[in-house]
Amino acid sequence: MSSGDRTDPRPLSPHLQVWRFHLTMHASIMHRITGSALYFGSALIAAWIFALTLSPQADGDAPSFFWLIEMVITSIPGQIILVLWAAAVLFHLANGIRHLLWDGPRIGFDPKTASTWSAFNFLFAVFGAIGLWAAASFI
Amino acid sequence: MGSAKAGTDHHIHQRVSAIALIFLVPWFLFSVIRASQAGFAGAQSWVAQPWNAILLILTFGAAFYHMRLGMQVVIEDYIHKSGMKGALLIMNTFACVILFAVTALSVLNIWISAGA
Repeated sequence: MSSGDRTDPRPLSPHLQVWRFHLTMHASIMHRITGSALYFGSALIAAWIFALTLSPQADGDAPSFFWLIEMVITSIPGQIILVLWAAAVLFHLANGIRHLLWDGPRIGFDPKTASTWSAFNFLFAVFGAIGLWAAASFI
Repeated sequence: MGSAKAGTDHHIHQRVSAIALIFLVPWFLFSVIRASQAGFAGAQSWVAQPWNAILLILTFGAAFYHMRLGMQVVIEDYIHKSGMKGALLIMNTFACVILFAVTALSVLNIWISAGA
């Protein structure tokens, strides 16, 4: 069967690549991406909490699970991952509040508000995460 | 399995857990970042505070429930083979229940050991 001619003339459903990029679309996609990422990221939080039930490593012991987790979480890459995790949480939180306002009082639907709000959510996630990290680190 | 006749319940539960998380998550984020920098003893004594332990267990309950509901929708949207879909939905439930058990029992362990 040749792939060039389409024998079935029914229209195809419009797919991602035919849409002009707009912020609300990006926010919607990011809501699902951050949600899925947080699903797997939560295993790291669980590992950290579980590690806290173990004893700290005594001198001369083999490296323990806790030691490994503590080394990762307090390292610079670990703290960067933590800030990215916080940004994902904050984006999902802000966009989730918007979902609740759409569903409940039904506000925020007009295009201008929706676009502005999408942009706000991204900024809130990035600056909120940095701000939280700075507050937690230096206060 | 899935949303047959249970779609409304799913929708409501997703939102009720979301409302709980609006209050829990900001506290959780700040506290986790802070505790992560406090080393072993610092993080342990943070978890051992009664209010922190209670809020942590509430956060884990709401978050893992919310996660299970959210991932269920993602699986239903993208996986169309019924066997694979069923298997993933079951694994999703198991994963979230296991994560809740591990985290909640760890918090209890730290809280109770600190009081002893």
